[in-house]
Amino acid sequence: MGFLDIKQATKSYGAVQVLHETDISIEEGEFLVLVGPSGCGKSTLLNMIAGLEDITSGEIAIRGNSMNGVKPADRNIAMVFQSYALYPNMTVSGNISFGMEMHGIEKSERAKRIAQVSDLLQINHLLDRKPGQLSGGQRQRVAMGRALVREPDVFLFDEPLSNLDAKLRVDMRTEIKKLHQKLGTTIVYVTHDQIEALTLSTRIAVMFGGYVQQLGTPKEIYDNPANMFVAGFMGSPSMNLFPAKVVSENGQPAAEVDLADGRKATIPFAKESLASSVGRDIILGIRPEAITDRDGADRNSQAVHVVEAPVEVTEPAGSDTFVVSQIGGKDVTGRFRADVAVNAGETFPFAFNMEKAVAFDPQSENRID
Amino acid sequence: MAAAPAKSSVNWARIILYVLLVFFCIYYLLPLYVMVVNSLKPLSEITAGGMMALPQEWTIAPWLSAWSSAQVGVEATGLRPYFLNSILMVVPAVALSTLVGALNGYVLTKWAFRGSTIVFGLLLFGCFIPFQMVLIPMARMLGLMGLAGSVPGLIFVHFVYGIGFSTLYFRNYYAAFPTELVRAAQIDGAGFFRIFWRILLPSSGPIAVVCIIWQFTNIWNDFLFGASFSDFDSQPMTVALNNLVQSSTGVKEYNVHFAGAIMAALPTLLVYIVAGRYFVRGLMAGSVKG
Repeated sequence: MGFLDIKQATKSYGAVQVLHETDISIEEGEFLVLVGPSGCGKSTLLNMIAGLEDITSGEIAIRGNSMNGVKPADRNIAMVFQSYALYPNMTVSGNISFGMEMHGIEKSERAKRIAQVSDLLQINHLLDRKPGQLSGGQRQRVAMGRALVREPDVFLFDEPLSNLDAKLRVDMRTEIKKLHQKLGTTIVYVTHDQIEALTLSTRIAVMFGGYVQQLGTPKEIYDNPANMFVAGFMGSPSMNLFPAKVVSENGQPAAEVDLADGRKATIPFAKESLASSVGRDIILGIRPEAITDRDGADRNSQAVHVVEAPVEVTEPAGSDTFVVSQIGGKDVTGRFRADVAVNAGETFPFAFNMEKAVAFDPQSENRID
Repeated sequence: MAAAPAKSSVNWARIILYVLLVFFCIYYLLPLYVMVVNSLKPLSEITAGGMMALPQEWTIAPWLSAWSSAQVGVEATGLRPYFLNSILMVVPAVALSTLVGALNGYVLTKWAFRGSTIVFGLLLFGCFIPFQMVLIPMARMLGLMGLAGSVPGLIFVHFVYGIGFSTLYFRNYYAAFPTELVRAAQIDGAGFFRIFWRILLPSSGPIAVVCIIWQFTNIWNDFLFGASFSDFDSQPMTVALNNLVQSSTGVKEYNVHFAGAIMAALPTLLVYIVAGRYFVRGLMAGSVKG
């Protein structure tokens, strides 16, 4: 039993089921990120944890106590909303103390806690202002202050950074991470931004179509995506996915792929386990940073294989040059060093780090091990 | 800096436009002028035919008479007691209908229930039922409630009639009010009424002004309900003014009638002058995302 347990939880609106049986258990101090595209059910799940939406079946428990039917106010949770949801008619300190006031905490204690939190978030100078007089970043801090001051069991964040501009978003992301490391609080965080998910979380639940597609640490999710959706959704630029056939080469399983100039290439897998799949059509998944120029390949990898492939496009991006080749009819992007001498139209050696390659079943779209 | 316009740029179209506007302005203000000047001159000057002329002899006697001594009902009380009746009727009726409208708007937008749109539709329908249709059922109701012919009875009628419009105003205003605020307050531990009092109402200034102006003018100016549901001692100002003007005994004191009519119009005028600038602002609020 964990700190926050979601057991077989579902949510339906009439006949439409927006969240299918979901099981997630997190420990105290974990930072769980629910990530997925719009309409995947992540916000619904968060609202169910908050108690803002009823649970259709199953159970949600915090510290072992079932929260089914418990009002949001009695769950000892705090939430930071996408729009910050600061009360426009109250000052910053009024906003921060409102929840404590509703819970009957004495005035002297409230003042003490406001002082602590405003010190922590460096918003002391804003306490007498109204939310309308604050910038986006300041509102964000106040919203976090309002949540922190309650000293809740679980913090819920609903896309808290999506209203900020790009630079501020990165800064606030770092601050949230620092805050989590400092306070060791349990956090459930919803976002559609996969980079936020990877940078902030201790564990990620990737959601799509009302199902949790994969639950795991950022590294597990990134390196071993459970299916093609997770592979394509997490990571930027996203994982290359292209058709291949498993063949046997010198007794080892290898991927046979079609190159744009009509040749075929075979690239041996690093994993022996795919030997049982020989003869099968698969979708090969390999991230751009695992396809490099020869000198840029990972020296620690035991399974770098070079394929001479025609270059279709090069995209210099400053720190790297992205090189695209057609493999199996799909654009496959490799991340080459910035100063590599490669031109569109020529044939160039692409180094595949097959330790990082994964195979998917074209029908079920699930990973094959 | 833009160059100075050419010398010959006398804008005739603009001049004609302003002349026309000033003309219409005078035209529309003329009745008010007639009322004011005639209320300030002795009756003899009016009967002599000088309707448009300024008073030769300025006097406030018609005002004093209209206020405290003119023959309105059986006794020569002037309009004073009826003015008071109107105030006693308008203030609670406006306050109640605005408050209930706000509460309705809150429930219909933030605590929507099954069939809440139907309830809203019916309330809206209530706005458009002609007054005449409800006269007889309402008279029966007031009789059963023991409120017939009394100021509380009139308050009740106007309160009930006002709910439709006030609900419409507040529902549309609160529909644009972020639901996340209500959710945040729920998580903070505020209940149904606390959220209403502490979060919603303090942010409702503009629409409350609109609602108050609308209700105040309608209720103050109402004649039909006032004439139908009041007794001699509970008549509102509008009915009393009619009685003053229509009284058939003696000479028609036009100057007193004019003074009484201005008195009857003053409170609504005052409300518009004081709160009018919020009126347009409130009507626009919610239509554009703030």
